[in-house]
Amino acid sequence: MVNIGIADLNVVKSPDVLATYALGSCIGICLYDAELKIAGLAHIMLPWSKEAGSGADNTRRYADTGITELIQKMCAMGAKKYRLTAKIAGGAQMFSTNSTVFNIGERNIEAVKKVLSTYNIPIVAEETGSNFGRTVFFYSEDGIMEVRAATKPTKRV
Amino acid sequence: MSLQNMDQLGAMHFDVLREIGNIGQGNAASSLSQMLSQTIDISVPTVKLLDFNESVQYLGGPENVVLGMLVGLKGDINGMMLYVLQKSFANSMLNAVFGKEINELTDLDEMDMSFIQEIGNILAGSYVNAISSLTGLTIDISVPTISIDMAGAILAVPAVEFAQIGNSVLFIDDSFIFGEASKSDNNEVKSNMILVPELSSLETLFSRLGIEI
Repeated sequence: MVNIGIADLNVVKSPDVLATYALGSCIGICLYDAELKIAGLAHIMLPWSKEAGSGADNTRRYADTGITELIQKMCAMGAKKYRLTAKIAGGAQMFSTNSTVFNIGERNIEAVKKVLSTYNIPIVAEETGSNFGRTVFFYSEDGIMEVRAATKPTKRV
Repeated sequence: MSLQNMDQLGAMHFDVLREIGNIGQGNAASSLSQMLSQTIDISVPTVKLLDFNESVQYLGGPENVVLGMLVGLKGDINGMMLYVLQKSFANSMLNAVFGKEINELTDLDEMDMSFIQEIGNILAGSYVNAISSLTGLTIDISVPTISIDMAGAILAVPAVEFAQIGNSVLFIDDSFIFGEASKSDNNEVKSNMILVPELSSLETLFSRLGIEI
């Protein structure tokens, strides 16, 4: 099992499993090349790198730069961009308030979808939004994304 | 020098935050003591800067279910406070008032939640009053909102804020001792508070106290 921390990413080949724990407003992006069984997972925190202040040094923190690096890393292992499919999870709003600052989950979802569409990568499964945390396991053997939550049944998509 | 990053804070700043914590905690303990009709003692609060992974471990690991309570700060100081409470804290409070305990935080019912929300109000109000009485600054706090979920998901809320200004999260931990501190049957519970001030607000706070950044 390869554990991906917050603002990090990694790529594995079958039969390895990728995991990222407790996504709140963050998003886990699982990319898969079904032919070579290459799986990649990025755990992003914020939507756009250009909106960042001094934190911009960590490019894996943002949807745009994070996804771009993940694709490059997968292609370096032989994956083909046109074969990639995406499954995404996270983007919750953990606390209910009206402030836009706390709407970061929603903005993350929007950014991830925009970035994936510019690379023409279809989103084949999505477990996003709402108000609860999610842990994700991504199986390179079959491209299944397993989503666990504290009080909800586990989903395999 | 102006404050660009939380990592610029040094021992002296921590001392100030600890002293504010001490006063706030004392106020909170006497309010709680009245509310719960129990003796509640305190010990000196701890203040520390932790990075995201350290703070997740500190709170019991990413999937440990905790109770997060978020309070907004507005006025001369802007930002937010996030209280992260463990099951043991909730149980001590519930036990004192309702004589009951829960197995899991997710078992809390609506009445328990509004009771804990009231405790959050007391904790946050006490800390903010301590800042106000030391500095003369005016600060309003919002009604606390609660989320019971994985520690990692809750901690991402301040982490997203801090991402703009550094990698570290500022923890101010209070210890409340139910019963007398000198007796062995006392029960010590901790509240973990993460202070997420805007950097300019933190500058305001320190400059009011005559402390350089």
